[in-house]
Amino acid sequence: MIVGRREAWTGRALLLLLMAITVVPFVSLFVTALHPSGTYPSGISWPAHPQWGNFADAFRVAHMGRLLASSTLIVLGVVPISVVLGTMAGFAFGHLRMPGHRIGFLVFVLGLTLPFEGIITPLYYQVRDMGLLNTRWAIILPLIGLFMPFSVLWMRAHFVGMPDDLSEAARIDGANTWQLFWRIHVPLAMPAISSLGILLFLWTWNQFLLAIVLVDDPMKRTMAGALGAFQGQWGTDIPLLCAGSLLIMAPTLIVFVIFQRRFVAALLQGSLKG
Amino acid sequence: MAGPLTAARTATAEAPIPPPGRPVRGRRARGARRPARGWSGWLFAAPAFAVYAVFVLRPILLTVQYSFYRWDGIGPSTWVGGANYRRLFTDSDLFDSILNAFKLIVFFSFIPVLLGLAIAATIRRIAHTRLALVARTVLFLPQVIPLVAAGITWTWLLSSSGFVNQLLGWLGLDGVTRAWLGDFSTALPAVGVIGAWVLVGLCTLLLMAGMSKIDPALYEVARLDGAGAIREFFAITLPSLRQEIGVCVTVTVIAALASFDIIYISTQGGPGNTTMVPGLEIYYLAFSERQVGMASALAVALMLLVLIVVLPIQWLTKDGSR
Repeated sequence: MIVGRREAWTGRALLLLLMAITVVPFVSLFVTALHPSGTYPSGISWPAHPQWGNFADAFRVAHMGRLLASSTLIVLGVVPISVVLGTMAGFAFGHLRMPGHRIGFLVFVLGLTLPFEGIITPLYYQVRDMGLLNTRWAIILPLIGLFMPFSVLWMRAHFVGMPDDLSEAARIDGANTWQLFWRIHVPLAMPAISSLGILLFLWTWNQFLLAIVLVDDPMKRTMAGALGAFQGQWGTDIPLLCAGSLLIMAPTLIVFVIFQRRFVAALLQGSLKG
Repeated sequence: MAGPLTAARTATAEAPIPPPGRPVRGRRARGARRPARGWSGWLFAAPAFAVYAVFVLRPILLTVQYSFYRWDGIGPSTWVGGANYRRLFTDSDLFDSILNAFKLIVFFSFIPVLLGLAIAATIRRIAHTRLALVARTVLFLPQVIPLVAAGITWTWLLSSSGFVNQLLGWLGLDGVTRAWLGDFSTALPAVGVIGAWVLVGLCTLLLMAGMSKIDPALYEVARLDGAGAIREFFAITLPSLRQEIGVCVTVTVIAALASFDIIYISTQGGPGNTTMVPGLEIYYLAFSERQVGMASALAVALMLLVLIVVLPIQWLTKDGSR
């Protein structure tokens, strides 16, 4: 038992160390953000006169209000459509199993490992020819496509587990496939759907490559894309850059803290249930 | 940056295998009794397939097509056959970018997975304490923020007046302090450290979750047989975690090979070309140097590379017993 206790303490110490390493960068960012704007603070040091106003300045120069609105618009464009299309296709591949469903599903799975850089060049010309360059649609439409493999896979995994008897009963009651889907299966799939929604929100909000390539105006980008532009503009003013970075991280951090159980569960789900 | 793949693998793992008594054949037979069901499923899949075809499949095919041409993105293009692909191997700048991506695997993949394993194995006994619950939230933070933010934060930490050098100073190691991201010999490892920081928490949590499924009785038996902590790890923990390790390795390897955000923000590929990776090289070739054909050839190589590396991992770690 003594061995066990010593192991438990080593474990605790290791876990605390790892947590410290995880948190230190945030602490550094926060402390640095409080130094007078334009100075070069060294390492982690508490400033003599904390400049809380830096956050207000960063909020103003980064146009945080407009950035939030822009990112929100993009998320509203991407997430609901992706979830609906993904759920419908997942239902088809997982539950309806029409002829050829295996090949159809395989085509989606192939896109799962695709690095976005792989198709960014033709995507640029395609979006340009559609006349959508420098609009939010330039991010929204390709992202919906790029999220399809994952969304379909995720929802299919849910629908594969739904018993056929359920649909049989509904059909005997005279429901057609459309009603069966919306009235019976979508309500039952809500946990899977909301997890998918959270993940897609996060990946949209943090999307960088599409934002910097397809949209020049930082005000029409995602939060992450705007952060890139902010760094380019204010990169030399370390305290201001740190304050801005913290502000730009804040929305996802807040959403994460609110939904953290669901968040962590969403990503670890499979492993936990196994 | 868990990326779609973590969750994807877990989603696949979650899909229950049909019970042996009620095989797929039974379903098909019932489907046959109701032909109305038949092809209508495709109507449900069609919208998803349409967006996917327009914004993913078509661009993939176009990338392949572009890769055989020389094109500046504006004027006419000339067919050059496999010349762009030959340049991938002869142009040392391009080839080095691919090598760098493989070197990053050490930091993005090996370190997080090994550290995650070590930590998960040692904290098995405290997996249900409050500390472990708090850790679940804290270790997830790097997954939630944009990679760009992680890049900016670490650029500051690793700069000459940043916290890393301050810490080294406290430890009496003033001799080794430097601007880590600006030094030719340390830039790539420094970028790797950023990736390791982002991914280590995810790997630890995935492996911890996997460990919680292992039957504690196995460990009791091992202890009774006189096995030490190390034997226990190799005989029980490691084999039971095969699937979770597979998920971790897959996700992290893709993150390394397709890295872009962190490097774009922290080093832009420099100093020199020491931290250039294919993702960033594609971006520069296509949008600053206007060598669309060359960029596309590198893009095709990158897509294939990811598949070639990931498929064997998936195959090796697939648990045959399930």
